[in-house]
Amino acid sequence: MNLPPWTEILVALLLLASGVVVLVAALGLWRLPDFFSRMHAPALASTLGAWIVTFASIVHFTSHAEEGALALHVWLIIIVLSITAPVTTIVLARAALFRRRQAGDPLPPPLAGRR
Amino acid sequence: MSDFLMMAITTTMVMYMLAMGLGLMRLLRGPSAQDRVLAVDFLYVVGMLVMLVLAIRYDSDMYFEGALLMVLFGFVGSVALAKFLLRGEVIE
Repeated sequence: MNLPPWTEILVALLLLASGVVVLVAALGLWRLPDFFSRMHAPALASTLGAWIVTFASIVHFTSHAEEGALALHVWLIIIVLSITAPVTTIVLARAALFRRRQAGDPLPPPLAGRR
Repeated sequence: MSDFLMMAITTTMVMYMLAMGLGLMRLLRGPSAQDRVLAVDFLYVVGMLVMLVLAIRYDSDMYFEGALLMVLFGFVGSVALAKFLLRGEVIE
């Protein structure tokens, strides 16, 4: 499956978009005022950034592969990342809540509807 | 590989470098331990993305396995550090 030359332009645009997304995530990590708001920023890199780079990689390796081969192995990274990223986030958020409660610092208000 | 793709890869790498610099500043600055763990996790993800872009740059499949290992090690490291912050030990 030899794709036409515009695939290189598509790959380049996807890579540039991922660079912008990761940079925004890093700016959020650096600029946001509180730990619990800072937790949201890196999720941008591990979801949208990783997805865009995966699409670019699939397009690139498919256009360079021999006839009829669809290069889907990079999907594995997305699958692993979509399983592991929420686990890391939840464990880290619980650790931060625990440490704040131990230190007597002010906590964020509880969710509505929870006792 | 066209000049435009080469230029885009270079620009993307520079953006990743800036992002990793900001993450490193958060890692060094703190202020709390969980901020540092968050920064390490972010640096792992950006490093994995760098590996994927290098795979496109050198047109090689080998980088993919390195990226997969980085995802797994980043997960294990971050969860172990968060568990340590939560309980004071990793395996009970």
